[in-house]
Amino acid sequence: MSTFRHKLIENSIYGLLYFCFALIILFLVIISFYIFKNSAGTLSLSFIFEYPRNGMTEGGIFPIIIGTCFVTIISAIFAIPIGISGAIYLNEYAKKSFFTNIIRLSIRNLAAVPSIVYGLFGLAIFVKTLNLGTCVLSAGLTLGLLTLPTIITASEEALKNVPAAYREGALALGLTKWQVLRTNVIPVAVPGIITGIILSISRALGETAPILFTGAAFYIPHLSLNVLDQFMALPYHLYIMSTQHHDISGVRGIAYSTAAILILITLILNIIASTIRYRYRNAFK
Amino acid sequence: MVMISRRNLSDSISKIIFFMSGVFSLIVVLCIFIFLVKESFPVYQDISIYDFILSAKWNPDGWSGEYYGILSLVWGTLFVTIITLIISIPLGVLTAVFLAEIAPEKVQMIFKPAIELLAGIPSVVLGFFGIVLLGPFIAKIFGLSNGLNVLNGSILLSIMVLPTIISMSEDAIIAVPKSYRDASLAMGATKLETIIKVVLPAASSGIIASIMLGMGRAIGETMAVLMACGNAPALTKSIFDSVRTLTATIAIEMGEVAFDTTHYYALFHLGLFLFIISFFINNVAQYFINKGIRHEHV
Repeated sequence: MSTFRHKLIENSIYGLLYFCFALIILFLVIISFYIFKNSAGTLSLSFIFEYPRNGMTEGGIFPIIIGTCFVTIISAIFAIPIGISGAIYLNEYAKKSFFTNIIRLSIRNLAAVPSIVYGLFGLAIFVKTLNLGTCVLSAGLTLGLLTLPTIITASEEALKNVPAAYREGALALGLTKWQVLRTNVIPVAVPGIITGIILSISRALGETAPILFTGAAFYIPHLSLNVLDQFMALPYHLYIMSTQHHDISGVRGIAYSTAAILILITLILNIIASTIRYRYRNAFK
Repeated sequence: MVMISRRNLSDSISKIIFFMSGVFSLIVVLCIFIFLVKESFPVYQDISIYDFILSAKWNPDGWSGEYYGILSLVWGTLFVTIITLIISIPLGVLTAVFLAEIAPEKVQMIFKPAIELLAGIPSVVLGFFGIVLLGPFIAKIFGLSNGLNVLNGSILLSIMVLPTIISMSEDAIIAVPKSYRDASLAMGATKLETIIKVVLPAASSGIIASIMLGMGRAIGETMAVLMACGNAPALTKSIFDSVRTLTATIAIEMGEVAFDTTHYYALFHLGLFLFIISFFINNVAQYFINKGIRHEHV
C-alpha cells in the first residue's frame, strides 16, 4: 500500500516536471507561430526593400533595417576591439590580485546594469557632456558599452580553452608573449570569440531602452549614413508602431511583420552562433 | 640588435593596450555611478528627501504643481517582480531538475538551444506579444476591460527570467558530486528522494544565485513591462490592475524632458536607484555562487 502511494507521488511529481518542460516549449512555439501567422499579409520582399509611405501606414521598413545595421556596426566597431583586448588582459596577463578581482567585479556588474540605465548614461555622457547630440554615434557607443561584458566573458572563455601547451611550446622557442598570442593563441580562440560576438550583436540590435533617448527617431523621411544624424531602428519602430502611432489598429500588420523580422534575425544569428560552437566544441579533446 | 628592440617594443605596446582595455570596464562602472549621482543629486534642491521617497504621488507636469513621490513606482516594480518570481521560481527550478536528472540526452539537445533562443527574443517583441495576444487573452478569461496589467507584465518577465534561472540552476545541480547521489541511493532512497533530500540542498547556493540574478533582470527590464503593464502609477494590490514601474517611468518621460530640470534630475535619481539595486543583487548572487564553488571542493 505504502509503496503504491510512493509510486503515485513519484509519478505525479515526474508528471509535473514534464509539464513545466512542455510549458516552456509551448511559450516559444506560440509566440513565433502567432507573430508569423499574423504577419502573413504584410511580410514580403517588397516590405523589406521599400520605404515607409503615408505617415508609416503603408510601405516597408528598408531605412529602418539599414538604421539598425548602421547603429549595430558602430557599436561593434567600438566594443569588439576593447572587449577582446580586455579578455586577453584578464586571461593572459592579469595576476591573481585584489586589483584583478576589482576588474572582474566591474565586468560582472556591468553585465547586470539595467539597459535603461545604459540609456541614461549614454544621454548624460555622449549626448549632453560630449555634446554629440542624439545620433547614431551616441546610440552606437551606448549599445557598445552594453555589449562589452558579453564580449569580454565569451572571449575569455575561448582563450581559457586554448591548451597551455600551445603557449609553452611557442615561448620555449624564444617568442615574446605578444608573438605567442598573435600566432598561437588568438587564432585558435577565434571560433569561440566569434560566437560571443554574434550573440552580443544579436542582443544589441534587439535593444530598445538604450537608444530611446540617445538617437532613435520616430520617423526620418530620407536615409542618411552620417553618424551624427538620428536614425530609425527595428525595435524602436516596433515599439512606436504598437503603442505610439496615431492609427495603431491600422498599422498592426506592419507591427507584426517588424516583429517577425526581428525574431527571424535573432533566430538566424543564434543558429549561426550555435553551429560554430557545435563544430568547434571538441577541438582540443 | 634592431630586431630585438622592435620585438620588445611591440611586446610592451601590446601589453599596455591590453591592460588599458582590461581597466576600461572598471572605468565605465565608475563613470556610470558618478554620472548618475551628478545628474540626480540636484533634485534635492527642489524636493525634500522625505517627499521624494515617502510620497506616492508622482505627477511631474500636473496643473496643481509638480509632485515627485516615487513610492508608487517602487511598489510597481516590486509588485511585478514578486509575481514574476512566484511564477518563474517553481517553473524554472523544476525544469532545471527535469533537465539535469531526468530528461534523456536527446531532449536536452533540443531544449538547450530552445532556451537560448527564448533568452534571445528582444524584449520589445515580448512586449508586443503582451499587447496583441496575452492582454486580450487575460481580459477575456478574467472578464476585464483591459488586459494590460501586473499579471500580463509578470508573465512576460517570467519568460525573460526563466532562461537565467533554468540554465544556472541546471549547472548547479549537475555540479553536485556523483558520490552524494550514490551514497543516498545505496542507503535505499529512491531517485526522487535523492533529488529532494540530497541533490537540491547541495545545489541550493547555485539555485539561490540563479534566482537572485533572475530577480535583478526582472527589476531592470524596461520594454516588456512598459508595453504590458498599463503604466498608471498606483499602489494597487490586485494583479489585474495596471502599475507603472521605475524603468517604464524613465522610458516614458525622459524623452520629453529638458536638461537640468527638476524632472530630469528626478528621472536620473530613479536610474541611480536601479543601478544600486542591481549592483547589490548581483553581488549577493556572486556571494552564493562562490559559496557553491567552495562547497563542491569539500
